[in-house]
Amino acid sequence: MKLGIIGAGKLGITLAQLALKAGYEVAVSGSGDTQKIALSVKVLTPGAIAMTTKDVAQWAEVIILAIPLGKFRQLPVESLKGKIVIDATNHWPEVDGPREEIIPETLSSSEAIQQFLPESRVVKAFSHMGYHELRDWARPAGSDERKALALASDSNQATTNVAAIVSDLGFEPVILGSLSHGRILEPGQQGFGLVTSATKLKELGN
Amino acid sequence: MTKQSKKATSDTYLFGLDSFGDLPTKADGTLMSHPEAIRQVVEEAILADKLGINRIGLGEHHRPDYSISSPETVLAGIATRTKNITLSSAVTVLSSDDPVRVFERFATVDALSNGRAQVILGRGSFTESFPLFGYDLRDYNELFEEKVELFSKLLPEEPVTWEGKTRAALKNADVYPKTEKGLGVAIGVGGSPESVIRAARYNFPLILAIIGGAPDRFAPYVELYRQAAEDLGTTAHPVGMHSPGFIAETDEEARKLAWPAFKTSWDRIGKTRGWPPYTREQFLYEIEHGSLYVGSPETVAKKIAKAMKALDARTFDMVYGGGPVSAEARLKMVELYGTKVIPMVKELLSQ
Repeated sequence: MKLGIIGAGKLGITLAQLALKAGYEVAVSGSGDTQKIALSVKVLTPGAIAMTTKDVAQWAEVIILAIPLGKFRQLPVESLKGKIVIDATNHWPEVDGPREEIIPETLSSSEAIQQFLPESRVVKAFSHMGYHELRDWARPAGSDERKALALASDSNQATTNVAAIVSDLGFEPVILGSLSHGRILEPGQQGFGLVTSATKLKELGN
Repeated sequence: MTKQSKKATSDTYLFGLDSFGDLPTKADGTLMSHPEAIRQVVEEAILADKLGINRIGLGEHHRPDYSISSPETVLAGIATRTKNITLSSAVTVLSSDDPVRVFERFATVDALSNGRAQVILGRGSFTESFPLFGYDLRDYNELFEEKVELFSKLLPEEPVTWEGKTRAALKNADVYPKTEKGLGVAIGVGGSPESVIRAARYNFPLILAIIGGAPDRFAPYVELYRQAAEDLGTTAHPVGMHSPGFIAETDEEARKLAWPAFKTSWDRIGKTRGWPPYTREQFLYEIEHGSLYVGSPETVAKKIAKAMKALDARTFDMVYGGGPVSAEARLKMVELYGTKVIPMVKELLSQ
């Protein structure tokens, strides 16, 4: 499986590490040319390939967004056509400005990204845990300590695919429902910050 | 891996205390005012100096729960009442300050303290200073990048010519006062790979701010710093780390004192960032496996030594007294850190 990660910050690097451990082929892009992230990728995620964002989008079968939410309008829409896009972003007022300036009031942030990428299939995942929690709590399937990660998408097929990735990376997938359901995972909502078991996370969906 | 770390003696390890000037409680249980809290930090620094603690680092915040917005002013107060302790910011939010002014103020503290001032630069994890001083958060990266560049040019203490977008240009500008031995500088990083490489690019020592999760996850960042220094032809200085903690006579007492204080402080910050309330489970996890150094001197010393070994860190700074704990318990903690924890850590590291 070719997994692309757009964003070479704390979250992007952490997810790349988990994916490499799971045996995936991984490519990572930063905000500028590949030279800027080449050393970080070489040292922190040995085995991953540093690429431009456009190349990551074209090369990978599934792409994770690990960028500040406010930058989603800079994504290469054409190159992401037909791809599964995992939205791991969160609204962070200090960096992105007020929510209403980047996302319509009536939409979850992942719905806004889906509208911007109409021919991609967006799945919200890896967003409600912090990057160091993802790193510390990844466990193989069957482990008693395994924590749950919530997924939301409007595409059943994409959800199934991403659920398998979530499991491979060390978490129990819990499917919440459509992208609009994803709103409860946003900062300040009841699902944000939850590091908990699948049983407890499922209660959220009800 | 470039190993310039020869087998170190215990003297090569340095230990410090960091404070944001949290408001402690008084004997009657009420919170100290901002002026009282600032004077309390001065007393703690004086005690730390007497006990031979190597560094006091003061953070810059612009919020009601922390009394220190101007670390170097407090450091100036500490300077004239202490002898040996290094006087540091932790951190100076350079993005929303003027590098020339920062240099002048710290050079002044350096004069008052006979060469003990140190600037730790950082982007900071709070952003209140941006609107307060008229900066746009959208320029976050550019502001820091440019200002670090200018600041690094000031350090040789020779006339500077510089041009950028975030500040008026300088043409052959000389900046005063000059220092006697140069100003100490380090860069504090919270885990952004870009910041680690920046520290190497400017030839600054790296201090890792590890405020949650297992400390050993930062080991690759230490390697990144060393590799970057090698690639860029700069020096890989000894690496430092900074984490929160609390020490009392016993584990039980330390947890009893620290839990409500950490919870208060965490939940207050969490509210603005959309985090759920801090749980007892998280608190205990961080003590056992993560980055909370809470417990008896022995518990804390073992945990510090383990983390320093894992990261090959040469300095450890404990953020002490987070949240509303009593002033008395804070002083006691400084005493235990200086008299018990530090000697134990040195002993453990020399084994």
